[in-house]
Amino acid sequence: MSKTDTTETERTGDEAAGAQLSTAPQEETALGGPTLGVVGWVRWFWRQLTSMRVALILLFMLSLGAVPGSLVPQTSADELKVAAFKAAHPTLTPLYEKLQFFDVYSSVWFSAIYILLFVSLIGCIVPRTWQFVGQLRSRPPGAPRRLTRLPAYTTWRTEAEPEQVREAALAVLKERRFRAHTAGDAVAAEKGYLREAGNLAFHVALIVMLVAFAWGQLFKSEGGKLIVEGDGFSNTLTQYDDFKSGSQFGTDELQPFSFTLNSFNGTYEKGGPQRGTPRTFEADVTYSEGGADKKAVIRVNEPLKVGDSKVYLIAHGYAPVVTVKDGRGKTVFHGAVPMLPIDNNITSTGAIKVMDGYRDKNGKKEQLGFTALFVPTFAGAGSGTMFSQFPALDFPVMALTGYHGDLRVNSGLPQNVYQLNTTKMKQFKIDKGTGVAQRMLPGETMTLPDGAGSITFEKEIKEWASFQISQQPGNGLALAGAIAAIAGLTGSLFIQRRRIWVRAVRGADGVTVVEMAGLGRSESAKLPEELGDLAVALTAQAPPTAVPEPADEPAEDPAPSGEADK
Amino acid sequence: MILAATTNESLARMSDLLIYSSMAVYTLAFFAHIAEWVFGSRSKVGRTAAALTQQAAGAAAPAVTVQVTKAGGTAVLDKPQVVTRSAAGTRDVPDGPGAAGGTVKGDLYGRIAVSLTVLAFLVEASGVVARALSVQRAPWGNMYEFSTTFSTVAVGAYLGFLLAKKNVRWMGLPLVTTVLLDLGMATTWLKTPSDQLVPALDSYWLWIHVSTAIFCGAVFYIGAVGTLLYLFRDSYENKLATGGNPGAFARSVMERLPSAASLDKFSYRVNAAVFPLWTFTIIAGAIWAGDAWGRYWGWDAKEVWSFITWVGYAAYLHARATAGWKGRKAAYIALIAFACFLFNYYGVNIFVSSKHSYAGV
Ligand code: HEM
Repeated sequence: MSKTDTTETERTGDEAAGAQLSTAPQEETALGGPTLGVVGWVRWFWRQLTSMRVALILLFMLSLGAVPGSLVPQTSADELKVAAFKAAHPTLTPLYEKLQFFDVYSSVWFSAIYILLFVSLIGCIVPRTWQFVGQLRSRPPGAPRRLTRLPAYTTWRTEAEPEQVREAALAVLKERRFRAHTAGDAVAAEKGYLREAGNLAFHVALIVMLVAFAWGQLFKSEGGKLIVEGDGFSNTLTQYDDFKSGSQFGTDELQPFSFTLNSFNGTYEKGGPQRGTPRTFEADVTYSEGGADKKAVIRVNEPLKVGDSKVYLIAHGYAPVVTVKDGRGKTVFHGAVPMLPIDNNITSTGAIKVMDGYRDKNGKKEQLGFTALFVPTFAGAGSGTMFSQFPALDFPVMALTGYHGDLRVNSGLPQNVYQLNTTKMKQFKIDKGTGVAQRMLPGETMTLPDGAGSITFEKEIKEWASFQISQQPGNGLALAGAIAAIAGLTGSLFIQRRRIWVRAVRGADGVTVVEMAGLGRSESAKLPEELGDLAVALTAQAPPTAVPEPADEPAEDPAPSGEADK
Repeated sequence: MILAATTNESLARMSDLLIYSSMAVYTLAFFAHIAEWVFGSRSKVGRTAAALTQQAAGAAAPAVTVQVTKAGGTAVLDKPQVVTRSAAGTRDVPDGPGAAGGTVKGDLYGRIAVSLTVLAFLVEASGVVARALSVQRAPWGNMYEFSTTFSTVAVGAYLGFLLAKKNVRWMGLPLVTTVLLDLGMATTWLKTPSDQLVPALDSYWLWIHVSTAIFCGAVFYIGAVGTLLYLFRDSYENKLATGGNPGAFARSVMERLPSAASLDKFSYRVNAAVFPLWTFTIIAGAIWAGDAWGRYWGWDAKEVWSFITWVGYAAYLHARATAGWKGRKAAYIALIAFACFLFNYYGVNIFVSSKHSYAGV
């Protein structure tokens, strides 16, 4: 509902006074296409793209587009989950694959949205910056004819001369760090340019962050490595269990360093309802960047930083030490075998593979394999469960099932180290246990039937920890962008850009009429307050005289236009 | 060292007791607010319609008088009176008198309600502190703790506004009602005995990231209540302006609320003031994720929804500067953005598996 009594000229007067109080792009009112051929169309399209309305729609699409990625498993986060999802939803999968729902954040359509948004952003910032520079170099616009129409207004009469009042007003405003000048019968002043500067800085910072992010993606590298206590790692490609890198990453850029896992310590809640919840995970390591050895502790929130690289502690588990002997009593395998945890109490599964050196009792070359189920804390015989009761090594038990034959490690297919391919293997019959698997305590030995040898579950049980070693440039830039974004945003949202006009003219009765009015970008409760303070400051030099008879002064138009326009 | 600390059982029990007591006091405050609204309805308030008809009749802008008073002859000057005026194109409607409707009895109950809210707030805050002491860490390790802290902060922010003499007493009833719902949910479904944290949560970033997240949520919530009431009040004013005749109940409630313009301004200020802090929260979270998981941004469900919330509020701020999107449309965006915040808080923790889901339900 606009005021019905506002005449057209007055409205334009208000708008001129408020013009350029921000650098927001002008809204295109007519949506009809141009008639100027290709160039015209390009220009029209560009203007649409850089309009606030399209920016708003793109922001919408960006948030909408981000949703599926949080509901559908993502390849980048968890490939196993994606595989499970695909197996469970055979009808949805082809559709999802076509829509790139398993890689939302690198999909064509998601990239299109944010690239368009950033093109729009740049197309918006550049002209706004020029406009803002122009505003900084020009002066605040002169007073509108009718100050009474502005959001905050005050007036009084004084004996002081109009010139004196204006001079005083100029001084008062300048003292409060307004940019002020006298234009005609009024002083025009403006303050709060930092709002616009902050807003521009914020939008530029968004671009900086995007560039830093893209830079990091292109040049990053990230690999995983599982290390058993006592073992080491040196940062070369061949040592990784798995390795991913950005398209611009060169392997010779890997930071040269090495480290050894001395020990891993985990502690767990001993009682209460959260019994078993992990409390500390610590990996004691010795590392070297070529020079002297240094000691460090890697914790979950505290990666080891070596140059550009960071070493994170990702997971841990147990690696029971076993010794396998063949039929003639010769040790064919001795070592720690990492087991994969399958629940929070570290019930773990794994496989022991004896690939070469083993001969059966007849001297025939064969391979041996064992599937192992390891629990750090056994529930006790007869409890009916082989699941671990607690994550620490309170009552370790391992159940083993033995096989002999061909492990098929050379079949060309990649093999899971925690699983046994038993298609070409025969199971050993065992007299104890279930007849198939045997439960063992540390120090116990299981003898394989028919003089096939033995396997010993050694007393020493090691722990393993897996690490992620990442190298990602651009983090500093991203952080700088983030800080600039917050600073700019704070300026943009908390600083009010406003204009103040002070008009002083001689009234019909010869007494000076002072009028003050203020206009802000958005209506703010602070503006009238500030205007009041300024008025008080000004009354020191332009003291008010008595209130005139109401008849003397038409309330609607206290500054007769004839004099105001002179 | 935090980790070596044992859970202090008696403090934990005291914390539970304090939370239950605060619920009892909030319930009393709730009834006092109801009484405030009931007694307030006896007043006759029809200023909105009057203001609107006056405008339609083309009333002139408020007359400006020169106001200078001299006290006792010694020319002590008051501030010259500043006349304010809404921008062209907005309705000039006075704010309603509040729930009490200007009645003495209503006002008395309103004051009782506020006093009870202060008491409940103090009790609840002590409950949260006792919880923190009992576990010797920040009390934000699981959803029960989030929820209790969340409502404490929301009520604290509301009382802060009252203390700053802002016109927010209209918010009392909706706020107390939802705080009761929140606490009811926390003490039944989300109840988790006090205990310590898993190692991944044991970081000083927990203090920084989670405290700001809870604060942002609580204040965004206050903004959302304002926005929702704005939408109702705006429809009401539109109806009056087009000559409609709202029902007696709607009239009684709506007349006592601030004007649509005031509500809109209130929620804008609240949302805009929190937005930079929300930006900071996300960035702090990213830094923490960089330390804890080896990547600062991995599109984990929680990260995605924080981002969606952030973009939602950015869209809201943009909408307010875009012609054709101001007012109701912008308000809808603000509500959607807050819904995203809520989903991130409840939905992601409960329905979506996420790296963040160790925040025990
Ligand atoms: C990456 C996407 C963007 C984000 C996250 C974003 C965010 C924001 C935020 C939070 C504000 C609020 C500051 C305030 O109210 O003063 C804002 C203001 C503004 N944005 Fe953006 N923006 C984005 C893209 C754009 C684009 C593409 C344009 C150009 C059309 C644009 C133009 C503006 C303008 C003119 C303002 C100032 C509005 C005002 O003065 O109130 N923004 N932006």
